[in-house]
Amino acid sequence: MNIESQDLYTQIILSMAALVGLTSFLMLGQGRLLRLIFVFAIQGLLLTLTTAVAAYSLDNHHLYISAVLTLALKVIFIPWMLRNEVLKSNLHRDVEALGNQTAIMLGGASLMVFSYYVLHPIVQTTSPVMLNALAVSLSVVLLGMLLMISHKQAIAHVVGFMSIENGLFFAAIVATKGMPMVVELGIAFDVLVAAVLFGIFFFHIRSSIDSLDVDLMNKLNEVDK
Amino acid sequence: MIPAYLLLSIAFVGIVFFALSGHKAEIGKINVWFNSISLFATIWLAINVLNNGTILSADKAFLIDSFNVYLIVLTAFVGLTTSIFSNPYMAHEKELGKLTDKRLKLYYSMYQGFMLAMYLVLTTNNMGVMWVGMEAATLATVLLVSLYRTPESIEAAWKYFILCGVGIAQALFGTILLYYAAVQIGDGENALLWSELFQHASQLNPEVLQIAFVFMLIGYGTKIGLVPLHNWLPDAHSEGPTPMSAVLSGLLLNDALYAVVRNKMLVDGATHSDMAGHLMMGFGLLSFLVGALFLHRQKDIKRLFSYSSIEHMGLMTFAFGVGGALATFAALLHMTVHSLTKSAIFVTVGHATQVAGTQRMDKIRGLIKTQPKIGWGLLIGTISIAGFPPFGVFTSEFLVLLATMHSYPWLTLPLLLGIGIAFAGLFRHIQPMVYGEKPEGQQPVKANLLPVMLHLALVLWLGLAIPSFLANWFSQATFLISGSSPL
Repeated sequence: MNIESQDLYTQIILSMAALVGLTSFLMLGQGRLLRLIFVFAIQGLLLTLTTAVAAYSLDNHHLYISAVLTLALKVIFIPWMLRNEVLKSNLHRDVEALGNQTAIMLGGASLMVFSYYVLHPIVQTTSPVMLNALAVSLSVVLLGMLLMISHKQAIAHVVGFMSIENGLFFAAIVATKGMPMVVELGIAFDVLVAAVLFGIFFFHIRSSIDSLDVDLMNKLNEVDK
Repeated sequence: MIPAYLLLSIAFVGIVFFALSGHKAEIGKINVWFNSISLFATIWLAINVLNNGTILSADKAFLIDSFNVYLIVLTAFVGLTTSIFSNPYMAHEKELGKLTDKRLKLYYSMYQGFMLAMYLVLTTNNMGVMWVGMEAATLATVLLVSLYRTPESIEAAWKYFILCGVGIAQALFGTILLYYAAVQIGDGENALLWSELFQHASQLNPEVLQIAFVFMLIGYGTKIGLVPLHNWLPDAHSEGPTPMSAVLSGLLLNDALYAVVRNKMLVDGATHSDMAGHLMMGFGLLSFLVGALFLHRQKDIKRLFSYSSIEHMGLMTFAFGVGGALATFAALLHMTVHSLTKSAIFVTVGHATQVAGTQRMDKIRGLIKTQPKIGWGLLIGTISIAGFPPFGVFTSEFLVLLATMHSYPWLTLPLLLGIGIAFAGLFRHIQPMVYGEKPEGQQPVKANLLPVMLHLALVLWLGLAIPSFLANWFSQATFLISGSSPL
């Protein structure tokens, strides 16, 4: 596949896929919470742009609504809420020590390879472009999980959670030109409610363990103490 | 279609009503009324479906067939009986000072929110909306798990939120892949409608659907509580208020399994292979055995019964995976009797913990001497869930064994072993709790055991003789799912 031989829309989509994947890796190695949130907002912005480009080139009006929803939720509201949370908890000066950085990054890279491997069968029915787009989306989902595993702060977990959501959204836009409107509105509603609930939870966790380090939440397990 | 709209709007009105209403002493009773109207609407709906067959709403947004209509009635029924129980239970918790008026309002509002999400999952014809409803059910219940605001309950709720949220995201990826396969053969807006998908299942791309099903099973499987994705379940059940444990175990797990089975029907139609069934059998059997083994080492009574839920959900997943008319019929029956029995058990457990003042099993003693109704309720409930004849759980487990012996004879061995282990695991804990002398100062509490007796009587009835209209109903659903009829 030669990228220059593709039409402009496909070229843009592929570049966006690469950039979205890159932001996921940037988040993975980020120990400072404010920068993590900033990169997350950039990922949201890339999604908004992708949606807008898709809406324009496919002349699909409901995708514009999706683009506006993404902009409002993922670029403005959630990063703003998380940033407030960081400042309130006085975590903005802390740098989280991330176990073994090299291992985490290598793990991230192997997850990306794994995504290509899992989705390879569909190449029989579709163009390699679609494979790229779907595989990058899946790896963004998996990298979001790895982010949650490697970070200890509850705020980083929420960023991971929301970036999983970003990966799914990207898949929906590029592979299927957006889900039906009713589904997309439903998903946006769920994300909004989830974001609000996370805000409530930060408050509860702080008042319960006086910190947002989820490693301190270890009362419930099956191991005898 | 009117009763379906009525059902959804009642629950919606309920959310708003409880959220806005000032504090009232009768708030629990009003909740019972809301759920009674819902049950009435579902029975109306069921009669419509039984007389006229599958109903598809004019805009194709809702689909009611013999498979989901019985789950809808079951959901409304358990929702009603649990609300009857939760009225005195929550009032008692408030007297103990565990709750404030504001949180009680939140509880009732989200109770209706959870019911709305469940009805939406069951009635919708759109696979995407089904996902939205499933996620909404998590969101509605997550604040209820942390209702008591203890460090343990906040930890449990956080775990529930994160694990189920991430898990169910996988199901959304599966849904996107399904949609991707569907838009290649159909038009955009209607492509996710189950009625369209099922009709054209054989044209869907089998490669894509296989990948999609793996993601769906992992995603919805997290909510079913399949091992190894089950970690949130015992925590959320043990730390939340007991009525929540009853509806989570009795309804949420069932509805997640319902979503998986709907998807399996599509995948089977597309691939003509047993791949989906084998995956479900594997996960189901693992959950069944792990759940049974973990029963033995529990110390908390609600954790004990949540592991029993994992075990039974595993058995149902296994039975749906085996496929064929008999196994599917057995799985449907098991869904019903498990829901009824497990919610009855959680109701008695709720009262038992209020009697003893703790959830630790080594502190709960002499229940029959203290309050015979609760002691006997717990004992009979446990006998029923362990699969003793003449209760309905015995019938369904026996049918599962029979179907397994027919299709995969070697797998009856681990099944029988699991049933034995689970039986021992339950009784070694329950026996000292119900028999024996009562500890000093243990007082009976005000309890309403009507829901328990009603549920157990129904399970007994289903074990002795399944009424013909119900058998007919189940076999229609079986025909829909497996393509052949058991009767």
